[in-house]
Amino acid sequence: MRDVAIIGVAQTKFGELWDTSFRELIAEAGLGAIKDSGISGDDIGAMYVGNMSSGLFVDQEHIASLISDHMGLNPVPCTRVEAACASGSLALRQGIITVASGYEDIVISAGVEKMTDVVDATPAIATASDQEWEAQQGATFPSLYAMIARRHMYEYGTTREQLAEVSVINHHNAQYNPYAQFPFEISTEKVLNSSKVADPLTLLDCSPVSDGAAAVVLCPAEDAHKYTDTPIYVKASAQSSDSIALHDRRDMTTLDATKVAAKKAYDMAGVTVKDIDVTEVHDCFSINGLLAVEDLGFTEKGNGGKVIEDGQTRIDGDFPINPSGGLKARGHPLGATGIAQACEISWQLRGDAGKRQVDGAEIGMTHNVGGTGGTATVHILSRDKN
Amino acid sequence: MAGIVGYGAYVPSYRIKVEEIAKVWGDDPESISNGLVVNEKSVPASDEDTATIAVTAARNALQRAEIDPQNLGAVYVGSESHPYAVKPTATIVAEAIGATPELTAADLEFACKAGTAGMQAVMGEVDSGMIDYGLAIGADTSQGAPGDALEYTASAGGAAYIIGKKNTIADIETTYSFTTDTPDFYRREGQPYPSHGGRFTGDPAYYKHVFGAAKGLFEKTDSKPEDYDYAIFHQPNGKFYIRAARKLGFTPEQYKYGLLTPNIGNTYSGAVPLALSNVLDKAEPGDKIFIISYGSGAGSDGFTLTVNDRLKEIQELAPKTQDYIDDKHYVDYAVYAKYKGKIRMA
Repeated sequence: MRDVAIIGVAQTKFGELWDTSFRELIAEAGLGAIKDSGISGDDIGAMYVGNMSSGLFVDQEHIASLISDHMGLNPVPCTRVEAACASGSLALRQGIITVASGYEDIVISAGVEKMTDVVDATPAIATASDQEWEAQQGATFPSLYAMIARRHMYEYGTTREQLAEVSVINHHNAQYNPYAQFPFEISTEKVLNSSKVADPLTLLDCSPVSDGAAAVVLCPAEDAHKYTDTPIYVKASAQSSDSIALHDRRDMTTLDATKVAAKKAYDMAGVTVKDIDVTEVHDCFSINGLLAVEDLGFTEKGNGGKVIEDGQTRIDGDFPINPSGGLKARGHPLGATGIAQACEISWQLRGDAGKRQVDGAEIGMTHNVGGTGGTATVHILSRDKN
Repeated sequence: MAGIVGYGAYVPSYRIKVEEIAKVWGDDPESISNGLVVNEKSVPASDEDTATIAVTAARNALQRAEIDPQNLGAVYVGSESHPYAVKPTATIVAEAIGATPELTAADLEFACKAGTAGMQAVMGEVDSGMIDYGLAIGADTSQGAPGDALEYTASAGGAAYIIGKKNTIADIETTYSFTTDTPDFYRREGQPYPSHGGRFTGDPAYYKHVFGAAKGLFEKTDSKPEDYDYAIFHQPNGKFYIRAARKLGFTPEQYKYGLLTPNIGNTYSGAVPLALSNVLDKAEPGDKIFIISYGSGAGSDGFTLTVNDRLKEIQELAPKTQDYIDDKHYVDYAVYAKYKGKIRMA
């Protein structure tokens, strides 16, 4: 197995992109990443695309073919992968495995979601839960995460304000992100007073419905210098599964899939959590951002609220999290998020993150979750080959 | 130039509060009220419809116009709830007010701006000399699907405008329209309730056309917000109206009288016509009024008006808009459903 590097990244603006179609989004991101890497289209060996639900959102399946066609890449093999909101990181992982194994040299991993062509995205998003035992029993995504939040508050005394702080910090960071859906600050009061969604979560605890796409170009690490002066090396790519239904989990307030994937990733990379300089986590709801801080090992279970409240996850804190603004403020086009996280970490490690730069970031991590934790992926990226 | 000779309003007297509707569907009334800026809406009684509303408004307009209805050369009724798919509301009105038989008549549909489109048609016929006076009405008894967000605002009401060249109370100096094919809100033949595009009804629909028409109207008249005493916009809810008015540079002093939705809901084709009648009820000679309607599908009609002296002579000749708004009786959801035909009868 050989090492893999990211040599090009790109993402579209995330938001309600009324004038941009599904195929235009992925073409913009894909072609942007190709341009960023300096490769030619002819160099591409394969493409992987993460997308959760093009069928329900835009009545289109077989998007693998649509994408290779619309990007002018035919006859390059293209494969769609799906694990709900973790689809993007799955595409990244499959791309990495393909290059690492030697099967292909240059591979594109991308993610895309066009969510605003439907009036209500809730039913499509609910298909990430257990249809028979959760969705059809009346659960929606906000309600499932609300239950996690309630339990966490009950067991550990986590407060409403601590949850709100996740959104406040995300928005603060997003104001420096030109791709963000909501590049503006919000206050704790605004979060607490926004419309109730599923108690205790309010509107501003929840990531938005978004359109967007992102793409990265992968190549063997030993060839990266041919294309770029700032290759980003993949030190670990780990993925784990857990029960799809929340009620079947070992512990409602822990995403075991995150813990398993994180441990595998730290071992693969030969690092511990203390070595991670910057992280992009899956804050689909504020509570999940808090859980990530615990389950990735930044602090012990139950203490997530405290460290967030103390500012440890801010860009100038001990363990900066979501400098991009996260899912909440950067936006969350479901299949694109996992790749957008990799884009952000790449920019951070390249030193290209402008005003949201984490100083001296050398090792970064991405954390992407499917559903309420049925799938979790952790990637560790580094500026250094070794 | 063509101007308004007489105007008249009508709003049904029943009301249902946001809390009452929210109770049925398990919504949080405060979220709805604050989010949409609406408190209650008008409800037509079971013997009221677009035709009855249009007739009452037309009669009020005739009172103020002080003309012989036989001198009306055209009657247009704009609505998205005409009682018949085929058989015009306009002829019911024309007959009821004594304008028949020497006139032209037709019904119009363009979602919430069918009334202002009718005004433009009549303006053209008057300016060209084809007719002396014409009557344009915007009226609706709009339907909101049970449990849908629109149920909080879809209401009933209308206003009528008699337009001519002589004895005007306000001159319509300019009109400018902005129209595209944008399917933000629609209802197929035979469907009881309309469908809408959720958030698509915002920036790509309402705001695009309202701002497009406003910009065009400012350019065509070489004017700025400060030049006007009043501004009126289409108002699916209070929030859109206030945001549009503020973004265009108007102050609360300028836009407050034009905002009726919080107390009577969105009267659809009646919305801008009623907002204008409320402003005319309070205006003074010399006042300048800036108007932008909006109809889904989509388009906006803009108008600039200057009020004449004669307005003061005729304001009191018919019930004022505020009189109808203040004459209210609350119903609960059951009576509301009965009046709106939402109960499946045998």
